[in-house]
Amino acid sequence: MHIQLGAIDYTILIIYFAFVLGIGWALRRFIKSGDDFFLSGRAIPAWVAGLAFMSANLGAQEVIGMGASGAKYGMMTSHFYWLGAIPAMVFVGIFMMPFYYGSRARSVPEYLKLRFDEKTRGFNAMTFAVMTVFSSGISMYALAKLLELVLGWDFNASILVSAAIVLVYIFLGGLTSAIYNEVLQFFLIVLGFLPLTLLGLKDVGGWAGLTAKLHVVATQAGFAPGAWSESWRHVGNAHANPMGVEWFGLVMGLGFVLSFGYWCTDFLVVQRAMAANSMVAARRTPLLAAIPKMLFPFLVIVPGMIAIALHVTRGGFLPLGADGTPNYNLAVPVMLGHYLPTGLLGLGLTALMASFMSGMAGNVTAFNTVWTYDIYQSYIRPGQSDKHYLRMGQAATVFGILFSVAAAYVTTRFNNIMDMLQLVFAFVNAPLFATFLLGMFWRRATGHGAFFGLLIGTGVAALHNGLVLPLGAVPGIKGGFLGAVIHTYPSEMAQNFWTAIFAWTACFVATIVISLLTQRKKSDDELKGLVYALTPRLKDRESPWYKQPATLGVIVLGLTVVLNVIFW
Amino acid sequence: MKLDVRLPIGMMFTLLGAILVVFGLVSDRAIYARSLGIDVNLWWGLVLLAFGLVMLTFALRSRRAQGDNGATR
Repeated sequence: MHIQLGAIDYTILIIYFAFVLGIGWALRRFIKSGDDFFLSGRAIPAWVAGLAFMSANLGAQEVIGMGASGAKYGMMTSHFYWLGAIPAMVFVGIFMMPFYYGSRARSVPEYLKLRFDEKTRGFNAMTFAVMTVFSSGISMYALAKLLELVLGWDFNASILVSAAIVLVYIFLGGLTSAIYNEVLQFFLIVLGFLPLTLLGLKDVGGWAGLTAKLHVVATQAGFAPGAWSESWRHVGNAHANPMGVEWFGLVMGLGFVLSFGYWCTDFLVVQRAMAANSMVAARRTPLLAAIPKMLFPFLVIVPGMIAIALHVTRGGFLPLGADGTPNYNLAVPVMLGHYLPTGLLGLGLTALMASFMSGMAGNVTAFNTVWTYDIYQSYIRPGQSDKHYLRMGQAATVFGILFSVAAAYVTTRFNNIMDMLQLVFAFVNAPLFATFLLGMFWRRATGHGAFFGLLIGTGVAALHNGLVLPLGAVPGIKGGFLGAVIHTYPSEMAQNFWTAIFAWTACFVATIVISLLTQRKKSDDELKGLVYALTPRLKDRESPWYKQPATLGVIVLGLTVVLNVIFW
Repeated sequence: MKLDVRLPIGMMFTLLGAILVVFGLVSDRAIYARSLGIDVNLWWGLVLLAFGLVMLTFALRSRRAQGDNGATR
C-alpha cells in the first residue's frame, strides 16, 4: 500500500534540491578563511541565526517522533516544548550566551578548555564527535526506512542522494550554507505541514471535535476522558496519564535536566548562535527561535493527535505493528497520504526531506568544527596555517558524511543499536548541564572536579539504568542489565527522566566535592569572561528597552505560561 | 556584501506557488476528494505565492537601499 506520487510532486522535490544546491554554489566565493567556513565569519543577523537555531534541531526524527508521541501520549507531548525547550532557550540566551559568545570560543568543547582544562575538553570533543556521526546516521536510516515503507523508494538510493546533496552544499558554503538552507527548510517545513493540521482539524470538527474524539481514545485506554487532550491535569499520579510520569519527574527530568542539558550545551544548536554578528544578536538568537518553537506543537503534535482520534473512532487509520498496537511512527506519513492530493503531497514530502536535511547538516557542521578545532588542531597537528585547517574542515565534511552513511548501515544490521545509542546519549548528555552550570556560575569549580564529575555522572546514569526496568520490559537493553531489578517504572519515559535526574545530581554533587578537595589552577584573571561573577555586566543600554534580550525573554516566558494554562 | 537569504527563499516559494496555482486550476476536481473537496493546490499555492513575493520584495528593497548607500559613499 504505497502512496502514489505524480509528476508534479517530483517537480517540487527537484526544484527544492536545485535551490539547496544553488545556495551552496552561490556562497562558495565567500569562503576564504577557517572563520568563514566554521563560524560564518560571525556575520549572521539574529533572525537568520534564530531560525537556523531551531531548524538544526528539527530533524526528521523530530517531525516524525513528535507526531508519533502526539498519537501515543496526546497533548502531554507539548511538555517537550512548553515545559522543556522554551525555558531552556530563554536561559541559554539570557544567562549563558554572554560566556559562549564573549569568550570567543569557537566551539562548546573549546569553552570547556578555556574554563576548565584539556582533559575535560578532550572528553567532551570525542564523545560529541562520535555522537553527532551516529545521530545523523540513525536519522538517515530512519528516513530511508520510512520512504521505503511509504513510497516504495529504494533504501540505498534515498541514503546516497540525500547524503550527497548535504555533502555538496556544506562543502561549498560551510556553516553559512547550512544556516541559509536551514532558514529555507524552516519555511518549507512550516508551509508544507500546516495544510495537514488545517485539513485534519476541519475534518474532525475543529478543536472541540478533536477533543471529543480524544475523550473516546482516553476512556478506551482506561484513563480519565481528558488524558489525551490536557497537558497538566493528569500528572498528579504516574498511573493516571499515558506517559506514565508524575509531575516531579516531568518537571525535574524533562523540564530541567534533559531540556537544559540539550539546548544549553549541545554544540549543534549553540554553534548557530556563535555565528551571530554581535553579542546582542547572539543572545537574541535562542530567544527569537523560541517564538516559532512555541507554536510547533500545533504543526507536529496535533497531526499525531488527529491520527489517533481517527484511528480509534473511524477504525483502521494507522497500520498495526507486530504486537497489535498501532505503528505510531507512521502517524505523520499516513496523514500526508490521507489528506494531501498530488501537488500538495509533493510539498509535504519535500518538507519531510527538508527536515531530515536540516537535521543532518546541523550534525555535519558541528562535527567538522569539533573535529578540526578540538581534535585535529589540538592533538594531531597544531600550529598549521588557517588555510590548512579550512581544507581539513572540508575534508572532515566528506568523511563525517561517509561515517554517517556507514552508521546508517550499521543500524540496519543491528536492531538494537538505535536503542543502545539513545541510551548512551542520555548517559553523556544529562550530567553535562551540571558541569556547565557550575563552570559558569561558580569560580571555585576546578578541572579535576569537572572531568571526574562528568565521569561519575555518566557512571551513575548507567548504574541507575542497570538496576531498574520500565513496566513490561525484560532485562537487557531497556534496563535491568546488572542482574537485580530494584524498581519498576510505569513507562520508558519515566525511566529516562529519572536516569537524567540521577545523572545530573551525581555530577553536580561530585563536581562540588572534588573541586573543594583539589587546587584551583585558573586565577580570577584567567576566568574573566568565562564565569558570571568575574565578568563585567553587559550594558544593554545602547538598545532601547523593548529590544533588550531580557525583555524578549520575559515576553517569551509569559506567552509560554499562557499556552500552558490554555491547554492545562 | 553577502547573499541575502531572503532572495533564494522568495524565488523558490514564488516558483512553487505559481506551479501549484496553475496545477490547481487545470487539475481534475476528483483528486480533491481527499482534501475534503477543497482545491488545496490552488489555495495553498496562492499562500506560497504571496509569501514568496513578500520575501522577494524585502530582499530587493534592501538591495536597492544598500546600492544607494554605496553610491553616496
